Amino acid sequence: MAVAQDHATPEGRSSSPFWTIARRDSLAGFLFIAPQLIGIITFVLIPLGLVFWYSLHEWNVLANTFTYTGAQNYQMLMEDTNLLEVLGATAIFSAGLVVLNMSLALLLAVLLNQKLAGITIFRTLFFSPVVVSLVAWTIVWGFLLQKNGGINGVLLLVGIEGPNWLREETTAMISVIVVQVFKNVGLNMILFLAALQGVPNELYEAARIDGAPRFKQFRRITLPLISPTILLTSIITIVGSLQVFAQIAVLTQGGPGMSTTVLVYYLYQQAFQFHLFGYGSTLSIVLFVIVAVLTFAQWQMRKRIVFYES
Amino acid sequence: MKAELSPRMKTALYGLMCVLLIPFVFPTWWMVTSSVKPISDIFAFPPQFIPQHYDWTTYSKVFELQPFVQQYWNSAYIAAAVTIGTMVISSMAGYAFARIRFPFANTIFMIVLLGLLIPSEVTIVPLFQMFLKAGMVNTHWPLILVPIFGAPSVFATFVMRQFFVTLPNELEEAARVDGLGRFKIFHKIALPLAKPALASVAIFTFLHSWNLFLEPIVFLSSADKFTLPQALTQYTDAYGGPMWNIQLAAATLTALPVLIVFIIAQKQFVEGLAHTGLKG
Repeated sequence: MAVAQDHATPEGRSSSPFWTIARRDSLAGFLFIAPQLIGIITFVLIPLGLVFWYSLHEWNVLANTFTYTGAQNYQMLMEDTNLLEVLGATAIFSAGLVVLNMSLALLLAVLLNQKLAGITIFRTLFFSPVVVSLVAWTIVWGFLLQKNGGINGVLLLVGIEGPNWLREETTAMISVIVVQVFKNVGLNMILFLAALQGVPNELYEAARIDGAPRFKQFRRITLPLISPTILLTSIITIVGSLQVFAQIAVLTQGGPGMSTTVLVYYLYQQAFQFHLFGYGSTLSIVLFVIVAVLTFAQWQMRKRIVFYES
Repeated sequence: MKAELSPRMKTALYGLMCVLLIPFVFPTWWMVTSSVKPISDIFAFPPQFIPQHYDWTTYSKVFELQPFVQQYWNSAYIAAAVTIGTMVISSMAGYAFARIRFPFANTIFMIVLLGLLIPSEVTIVPLFQMFLKAGMVNTHWPLILVPIFGAPSVFATFVMRQFFVTLPNELEEAARVDGLGRFKIFHKIALPLAKPALASVAIFTFLHSWNLFLEPIVFLSSADKFTLPQALTQYTDAYGGPMWNIQLAAATLTALPVLIVFIIAQKQFVEGLAHTGLKG
């Protein structure tokens, strides 16, 4: 930063006419963004290029082989019978998570937006799992979801014999989704709450005078006005759902069978447990394409579904 | 303001919220209380919502079985380094993208935003290879460098930019007339105003680093290098099954300090997060 300061002082300007205000500003701008830009290039863009390059190779770390095989890994991708199951699990997980997370977040935000005494206490408590260490949260849920754990204990009190949650395919998937929803829904809840509080009250008053029922007010006024927030949070939530790893690793290790093996977990297994870096890279490309397509699609949708005040 | 709710409506809302709270609050309660139960009681039926007997030895075992203090320190200093580094880099970049005109600014901003599309899960294989070549595997460098320069800091830059865009032009013009250079304007005028945005950047950066799991298990292999999330899963018996009471004690030690800080500062926490560029 010393350089920027030197050129930015008035003395620097008088001694060298080359440094006009615009030029000094450009230099300052480049210096300000330099660490970020260099970082992105080094730790994101070059690795992305490398991951594509690796995906064209057969690379077994243990056998120490690195041979160019062209599209062979992509061929393998097509023939990988596990992949369909993995993509299916990923889709179910992400869809379930996004739908549950967004609707629960909206419900909680609407509740917290009511004029009630002590509402901040509720807000704090609903938000609290966000700050609890992810793995600690996952461990205690894993403990609760054991066959003889707390949840089945409570169910048994009312005479229901609960399933072995993490050892049956359907309930295992439901469990990992639910654990993740309760962990992070507070974040979206707070963003929705801020958006709800930004809706001008006059609109509701006008609607009330017109005799519009509450539900209609919500559909016609609230939803359109908070739609930019809904779009943004849904992008963040979907991309986040595709990155889920710790919960799967701790709760189910991808099982039972492959029922909860989502793409990131499968990628981790192939690359770091079976030491297939080439095929792992190919799976990384798949993950990247999915993230990119989903983000792009949602961004395109904003024109159709998002209402902007202008 | 909104119409007053009827007393019946209020009762119904309180009731609904209390029921909804159970899955948010009960796990933390269960974690803390189970961690002090003797092993024979933790799966007892009926469930003991309040411990009947106490066994504090689980807590000493947490420290005996692993270098837990060292691991705690690892997580804490890595999170601190990542948080401070991200705040510096993202506030500078965010400021430049919002307020300085320089060639290719928009193109560069787009390139930087690409980082959001490329989570480190996508690039974990080449990152591992790069750090292996640099002799940095089984050190903390990857856990510090990748978040500071990768996708999480891009998100922070975006938040900072959204904040700096809202500053009135007059502020900077006045400073310029007084002969302040760019860095001074940033440092003395813009940055102090950006405290709320910086606070929320600090909070989510800290939490992101604190929760990191894939990177530690990929990059770290010796127990004294482990971070907390990884360490928690290592309390297993000879068959690889979790030693529940010890895991829960370690989890409690991991979760409670942050939780307490949050409850003390919840207003700043929540409102800081709510009132940033995230509003879209």
